[in-house]
Amino acid sequence: MSVEAREARQPWILLSPALTAVGLLLFVPLMFIVVYSFWLRSAAGADQVGFFLDNWQEALSDAFYRDILLNTLKIAGITTIVCALMGYPSAYFIARSKGNKPVLLLLLMLPFWISYIIRTMSWINILGVSGALNSLLMTIGIINEPIQMLYNETTVILGLVHFLLPFMILNVFVSLDGIDTNLESAANSLGATKWQSFLQVTLPLSLPGLAAGGLLCFVLGAGTYITPMVLGGPRDAMFANLVYEAIITQLNWPLGSALSLMLLVVLGALVMLYNRYLGMAQLMKGLG
Amino acid sequence: MEGTGKLGWSLIRLWALLVYGFMFLPVAVVVLLSFNASQFGSFPMTGFSFRWFVELANNDAILRAFRTSVTLGLMTAVISTTLGVLASLALVRYKVPGTNMISTFLIAPILVPEVVLAVALLLFLNFLGINKSFTLLLFGHVIFTLPFVILVVQARLVAIKRDVEEAAMSLGASPVQTFFQITLPLMLPAVLAGGLFAFTISFDDITGTLFWKPGGVETVPTQIFAMLRNSISPEINALGTVMILLTVGLPLLGAAIARQLAQKSGP
Repeated sequence: MSVEAREARQPWILLSPALTAVGLLLFVPLMFIVVYSFWLRSAAGADQVGFFLDNWQEALSDAFYRDILLNTLKIAGITTIVCALMGYPSAYFIARSKGNKPVLLLLLMLPFWISYIIRTMSWINILGVSGALNSLLMTIGIINEPIQMLYNETTVILGLVHFLLPFMILNVFVSLDGIDTNLESAANSLGATKWQSFLQVTLPLSLPGLAAGGLLCFVLGAGTYITPMVLGGPRDAMFANLVYEAIITQLNWPLGSALSLMLLVVLGALVMLYNRYLGMAQLMKGLG
Repeated sequence: MEGTGKLGWSLIRLWALLVYGFMFLPVAVVVLLSFNASQFGSFPMTGFSFRWFVELANNDAILRAFRTSVTLGLMTAVISTTLGVLASLALVRYKVPGTNMISTFLIAPILVPEVVLAVALLLFLNFLGINKSFTLLLFGHVIFTLPFVILVVQARLVAIKRDVEEAAMSLGASPVQTFFQITLPLMLPAVLAGGLFAFTISFDDITGTLFWKPGGVETVPTQIFAMLRNSISPEINALGTVMILLTVGLPLLGAAIARQLAQKSGP
């Protein structure tokens, strides 16, 4: 074999284990559940192999699934907006601070490393019947009996915001940090007020970071089932909870496949749309 | 005008401070309550005590979960880092046609919602005869951590100059010698960072793990999840405190080691 041919083969040898792993453990399984979603669950024994539209008919026409899907998108949407409102000024503060930027950033990243389940359950300590807030309110004398503040849609959103905020801040920070501060100074020296130069120079330049953070918050928020299980009430199920119910509790794997694919299509469409207009590179910057 | 700018900045600083408080307060309460002497895991605090940590150390279920999580995390880290480093080398060091497509393909596992990945892997491997088991957990964790390893390692690999390797080769070192004596030591911080990242993500994972784990086997997060079903006990807070120390301490330690290594091998 010639030297050139060997050179050309080398990267593929290095890539092949990872490509094989992703192919066999992600793409083939995804194609498999497409097939599986047309099978039928049988009351006893193995699922019935074939081409049945029943699962899709149920998943697409039942108002129950549609309502929960819409509610999931609503919760993810509110979460994303709250993350943006809380995260943008914080990221701006870190990026423009004269203090120790790496330390400020690290401080905000620490919660990011703390286990998701711990951070989610920590709200029970704050808002629970015998939690910090009730305890405080009773000590001051505002209330006599503890109030149940947990297990509703608001606490689900609260938990999601607490979980996803670092993703937003990191992405906005990366794009704000990359903006040349001279641009703002130039705008100011040309007569723009601080507020004008922010609105017309800095904000537009940081939108890609805001969009990347928003996408991550939305997709991760809409795909969760743990937060509603820990912080939500019985009526706060999100779409991923339906998938969990179908697969783990009811063992209805064909229906679970169809529901998973629905979620994938809805959230995948968002990722594609983002990729089409802004490209994956921005997202990678924030993750790396 | 200068005045409004200052006022604006003060407001932003206050806002950021509140956000920091929002992020840290609940976590701080977990740590505080884990030292609560009271029977119940709640306020008011009745005294300072280590009793819940002692109970933790005597709780077989939690110790078992801990061992499972550590074993799973270490194996995931080794496999994922090996695959990730090889792939990153190819992507950074060679001109491969279609690099963009390959990158997108390799990070696809984190672009797909984790629930969907979990369902697909469970159903497919079950079809192949691999039931819910440690093997399924390991496969799942590897595929889910691989993109993170690739992103981290690639970012650091770009910073390593090829000149040193070329110098070694021109002085007569074989490619294999060059790799082990020059490239690998230079890459070590990147490799460690990737491994640490994979371990931490695997150690924390619950979304996929609940789908893949066989009955009776628990990792630390699923154990906590199961304990939450009863009520929140000080034991969970103690376990939370241990987890916080581990997951925050490890990356900090890793960063410190990486910096040391980078300084030693630096110019």
